[in-house]
Amino acid sequence: MRQQLKTFIGSAALSLIVSLPAAGADMSRINVMQQAAAPAERLIVADVSSANTFNRNLKKEKDPNAPPPEDGYHDPENEGTHILQPPKESYIGLPTTEFGNHVDWVKAIDEKKLSPRWDRISSSEAPFVMDLDIVRPVKASVPDVVFPHRQHTEWLACANCHPAIFIPQKGANQINMSAILLGQKCGVCHGKVSFPITTKTCSKCHSKPKPADWSPPLSDATLKNPWR
Amino acid sequence: MMSYKADRSIKWRFSILGVLAGLALLAMTPAKAEYADVIINNYADAAGMRPVVFPHWFHRIRFRCKVCHADLGFQFKAGGNKITMAKIIDGKFCGACHNGEVAWSVENCNMCHSGIPGTPTHIHGSTVQRLVSPPYKALNAPQQPQQ
Ligand code: HEC
Ligand code: HEC
Ligand code: HEC
Ligand code: HEC
Ligand code: HEC
Ligand code: HEC
Repeated sequence: MRQQLKTFIGSAALSLIVSLPAAGADMSRINVMQQAAAPAERLIVADVSSANTFNRNLKKEKDPNAPPPEDGYHDPENEGTHILQPPKESYIGLPTTEFGNHVDWVKAIDEKKLSPRWDRISSSEAPFVMDLDIVRPVKASVPDVVFPHRQHTEWLACANCHPAIFIPQKGANQINMSAILLGQKCGVCHGKVSFPITTKTCSKCHSKPKPADWSPPLSDATLKNPWR
Repeated sequence: MMSYKADRSIKWRFSILGVLAGLALLAMTPAKAEYADVIINNYADAAGMRPVVFPHWFHRIRFRCKVCHADLGFQFKAGGNKITMAKIIDGKFCGACHNGEVAWSVENCNMCHSGIPGTPTHIHGSTVQRLVSPPYKALNAPQQPQQ
């Protein structure tokens, strides 16, 4: 009972403060002073527990492309570490992205800024590039997936994907986002070495817009809902 | 000289301090290693060598994936190729190139063995590591480092 009374008084005080600004612009200064003094201020979550931090679970990438001695994995006490090349140095002049290595590897090859060897020894062997797009319609509202063979065969041999990861037949493979995020199918490479799966990269794979008249299919529970 | 365990008798106090400081740092700042760097530590630690850091970014500037993952038979799995020094000096895996012909040779131990001791085998920056809630993992699955 007493608890309820306290809560009532508390909320009354709070609503008074909240409604004060509406009383007029010339009262705003008094309002600020009252707010600072009012016990209602104590209700701010951060004051109650230090566990309530902003962005509790957000992990942000700090200082990408750090030089080896500062990257947290190379041992700075090892002499060799200091001879290794800092990534930033070798990325100069390469097209950039906002994720992964922060290098657009596809563009780098397309613009002939890079030409990595296709053979261990010979630098004259060229890859067998196959220009074949496979469209994978997606049930969800995101754009359909276009798998481009061209960019892949610039880097990879057919045998890297066929048949171990994908049966070479359109639509024969079951692919979904959960599998990819866990490192299967496209996720064997994407999210590990090729560009990562982040909000900034969804549209690289999901690149074919849905037809204008497309709308997401309604779930059974909604269709059968008697109150609809 | 080659082993980081040398003169540990003098340094053990500092090591403990270092580990504590390191843990505190790890808890505060996420590692900033380059995306796709592979730390290989199946055997290195146990043999008193630093773990191996393999930089994908550095090698893909020079070679397409096909050279290693098709021609040289590297499987797509960090630690999955069970690389050993015996295989390397036999001309397999890293030894197909780090032989003094295609690239500097195997005597440069500390160029490859450059990781912080104790770092588990993994590929840095992977999407799985960035998931807020860890995916299902079998009890005997190898450890992934906390980021
Ligand atoms: C297809 C050939 C090839 C294979 C296989 C290969 N490397 Fe290399 N690696 C090179 C070349 C070429 C260089 C550059 C040499 C130079 O700059 O003189 C290099 C350089 C390096 C560097 C130094 C990078 C720097 O910052 O200068 C490291 C570390 C390295 N390799 C580790 C490895 C490890 C570990 C493996 C095996 C898991 C491996 N490499 C397999 C070709 C290869
Ligand atoms: C990065 C992986 C990857 C590489 C490398 C790759 N493919 Fe594919 N391939 C795919 C995927 C994914 C599909 C679509 C499968 C599906 O829709 O279920 C596909 C489909 C195909 C199909 C079926 C097309 C159809 O219309 O049914 C053929 C044929 C094919 N690939 C041949 C090749 C050849 C030849 C190469 C080498 C030059 C190659 N692929 C390299 C991933 C790859
Ligand atoms: C065997 C490894 C591998 C697999 C499996 C793979 N990719 Fe890729 N993909 C690459 C590489 C390497 C590139 C080059 C760009 C890079 O490294 O970021 C690439 C590039 C791409 C690009 C081109 C991006 C651009 O900038 O033009 C798209 C789109 C793409 N992948 C989609 C897919 C989809 C969809 C799948 C699954 C059906 C898939 N990939 C499976 C390795 C792979
Ligand atoms: C490497 C390529 C790739 C990237 C990057 C990617 N997707 Fe996908 N996504 C796919 C493929 C392939 C499918 C399966 C399509 C099919 O049904 O055949 C898919 C399916 C989906 C689906 C349908 C549900 C399901 O699991 O099948 C949704 C929703 C989705 N993706 C959302 C996203 C979002 C959001 C992102 C960005 C965080 C993203 N995708 C990034 C390739 C990709
Ligand atoms: C080109 C890179 C490279 C060079 C150079 C290199 N190693 Fe290794 N070494 C590796 C890799 C990769 C492994 C596997 C690591 C693991 O799984 O723990 C390894 C494993 C080891 C192991 C444990 C497994 C085993 O074979 O017993 C020892 C010990 C070792 N290296 C010592 C050395 C010494 C000593 C040198 C210098 C003479 C050296 N390494 C040079 C790449 C290299
Ligand atoms: C110079 C050799 C070399 C080149 C070039 C190379 N890789 Fe790798 N890759 C490796 C080594 C070494 C490993 C680690 C294998 C191990 O630990 O046993 C690896 C591991 C991987 C993995 C496994 C990650 C995991 O744990 O799931 C993927 C995926 C991968 N590479 C993709 C690629 C792609 C895509 C390219 C081309 C853009 C590429 N690699 C180019 C040597 C290479």
